[in-house]
Amino acid sequence: MGYFLLRRTVGFLATLLTITVVVFAVMNILPGDPALTILGIEASEAALEALRQQLGLHDPVVVRYFRWVGAALTGDFGMSHAYRVSVAELVLERLPLTLSLAFGGMIATVVLALAMGIGAAANHRKAGDWGVMFLSQIGIAVPSFWAAMLLVLLFAVYLQWLPPGGFPGWSDPVAALRSLVLPIAALTFVQAAVLARVTRSAALEVMRLDYVRTARAMGYPRRRILWRHVLPNALVPIVTIVGLQFATLVTGTIVIENVFYLPGLGRLVFQAIANRDLPLVQALVTLFAVIVVTVNFLVDVIYVMIDPRLKTRA
Amino acid sequence: MRLTAAPALLAALALALAAPAAAQTRISIGIQQEPTALDPTIEATAAINVMVTQNIFETLTRVDRSGAVQPGLAESWEISDDGRTYRFHLHQGVAFHDGTPFTADHVLFSFERAMAEDSTNPRRIIFDPIESVEMIDEHTVEITLARPEAFFLFELARGPAIIVTPETVETNATRPVGTGPFMFDAWTRGDRLRFVKNPGHRNADEVALDMVEFRFIADPAAAAAALLAGELDAFPGFPAPELVAQFEADPRFTVQVGTTEGEVILAMNNARPPFDDIRARQAVSHAINREELIEGAMYGLAVPISSFYPPHGPAFVDLSDLYPHDPDRARALFEEAGILGDTLTLRPVPFPYGTRSAEIIQAQLGAAGMNVRIENVEWGFWLEEVFRNHNYDLTIVAHTESNDLGNFARDSYYWGYDSDAFRELWEAIRTETDDEARIALLQDAQRMVSEEAVLGYLFQLPLIGIFRDGVEGFWDSQPTLALPLAEVTVR
Repeated sequence: MGYFLLRRTVGFLATLLTITVVVFAVMNILPGDPALTILGIEASEAALEALRQQLGLHDPVVVRYFRWVGAALTGDFGMSHAYRVSVAELVLERLPLTLSLAFGGMIATVVLALAMGIGAAANHRKAGDWGVMFLSQIGIAVPSFWAAMLLVLLFAVYLQWLPPGGFPGWSDPVAALRSLVLPIAALTFVQAAVLARVTRSAALEVMRLDYVRTARAMGYPRRRILWRHVLPNALVPIVTIVGLQFATLVTGTIVIENVFYLPGLGRLVFQAIANRDLPLVQALVTLFAVIVVTVNFLVDVIYVMIDPRLKTRA
Repeated sequence: MRLTAAPALLAALALALAAPAAAQTRISIGIQQEPTALDPTIEATAAINVMVTQNIFETLTRVDRSGAVQPGLAESWEISDDGRTYRFHLHQGVAFHDGTPFTADHVLFSFERAMAEDSTNPRRIIFDPIESVEMIDEHTVEITLARPEAFFLFELARGPAIIVTPETVETNATRPVGTGPFMFDAWTRGDRLRFVKNPGHRNADEVALDMVEFRFIADPAAAAAALLAGELDAFPGFPAPELVAQFEADPRFTVQVGTTEGEVILAMNNARPPFDDIRARQAVSHAINREELIEGAMYGLAVPISSFYPPHGPAFVDLSDLYPHDPDRARALFEEAGILGDTLTLRPVPFPYGTRSAEIIQAQLGAAGMNVRIENVEWGFWLEEVFRNHNYDLTIVAHTESNDLGNFARDSYYWGYDSDAFRELWEAIRTETDDEARIALLQDAQRMVSEEAVLGYLFQLPLIGIFRDGVEGFWDSQPTLALPLAEVTVR
């Protein structure tokens, strides 16, 4: 396990380093001058020059990169060019919303998908199975932004049960939860469809194995066989997909935050790229990378926990 | 029972309807563009100017809904006979929101800051004509110009010319402090911005609103949903002309379609082939069918233009007969210019009016025998590649500044138009202080740029406002970038 952790940590750091280099390079190759984006087309050349000086855009790329890395290692992610406040402040004020969305979406996805997938497997080739397969087919086919728009039309515009968007902040937990229901539902709809299918086929595969037949023959209750013997052994592919989906969820919030005008990290990174706000883009992409790599790492640890055979291979 | 109850019910209903609706003092306003900072002296974003100029901050002069210059922080002024010296008499008893009394010092500070060597003011040209700014006494300022400047008082009303106080200048980006009828209250970046009424303002008695909340909603479908769900009272710059009919049919809303100062143009790169040849530009002008374009791209909600001047302006001349829609003539001219059948690149700005117009222009130029390749680019890319590097054949963009005919006089501007005759004419316009004479010159200028077919002139960008029934007082047109809330009432 020690060697496993060490190897993963080295991989983690190497990934991060690569990502920061790539983002820095891409943002510098990409046409677009931060000063021009901020001051607009009426600005004089002198004003643009003064702003570039202020933002430190004159130093060579390599110098700027190492200055950024050096500061980032001490926890200083610099000032946002466009917002004129520290990047840390911007990220911290938006992180809770995006994490609530991603975790809320993940929990709802897992609960719904496991119930639907196992239910479908248990009712293989019966009405329940066909129903789940049909629903999940729709879920896979429908893009999340469109599902989001339909949800808004139904629940916010016609029924007026829930707000159409916005986020009042966690100081009013009820209002905050209410405003998260639709975005989480939109995220879950698509993700759960994929996961339910994976769960179903993984469960079906396990159900064909001899020990399940034996358990049945011994007269164990169906439910107990499903949840105690089938599910744990079907978990490896499910956990793999959940890990991948979490990464999709974090990035999928970009779209969902736009449709529901939520002030989260997704909208922030979108704006930061449009504004050529290099320090902000750099910090956000690095943060997204940290989240994804951490989740992958956790998935690997969970593998070892649910399938002890992997311990020796790790 | 039923028979007796009905009249009583009706009477109650009639009473309820007749009772005067209580006036509301809060309003929730949708804004499409999310600002990154709240100080118009450091950033050009239109939404910043719209929200804070005339609300949080004030300027020496003010532009009203008709486009006329009115007193602002200066209650009156005198202009010397040579048109070079302006003496401004400032309002007395005005204070900034932090309590600092407003004096001539603040005017000097604000102007000197904007004019400084290292100033990053996004519109330094406002201050270019200024030779000196002097304080005569606590409440009198004298500004001397190097030459007469016809648009000076109008320009002084813009966001980049706001009067600020040195104590808060570093924090205005996040906590703006001005002298306006509203004070900054709270800002959740990316979500909402809240102002409250400034009870100490000299016109506070006339301000109906106690609280204003801006909500930032970029997505057009989400903007419509927020209005329909009752989250918003007003969306003064509604982004989706295709959804307007739905709101017009809905008795809960009123729709205002006005105009902005934004001329939407099909810019041609005059500096390089093929559009260095006037025949090629004339051909494009003949190929454009404005009615079809406005119907298709703007759902009929725009006014066509035939030069670079708004149809609602005092000096407007109709030049639509100059290059009427005539695909055959266009084809013949393309042939004469020797480029018939060639491929042109069109890089529109990434806003709905731009990308939608691009597809129609592509079809219209196609009907005149040209191939047009549309390259959709992102805003930062457009600024750098098209605007700065002049790397384009055709582009579609709106120029939203007032009095911007002067763009044709600029050196090495992205249109590549280089005419000393026009520069002379523009110099005459800007220094002409007699209104009538200036209007005649402005008409000459429109004719010149239209005859030379410097650009393809498409339409004036509309201002679409959607308001909940009972919301009144918003400007129906936008002669300058502002959204004065002191005039707004909610029932």
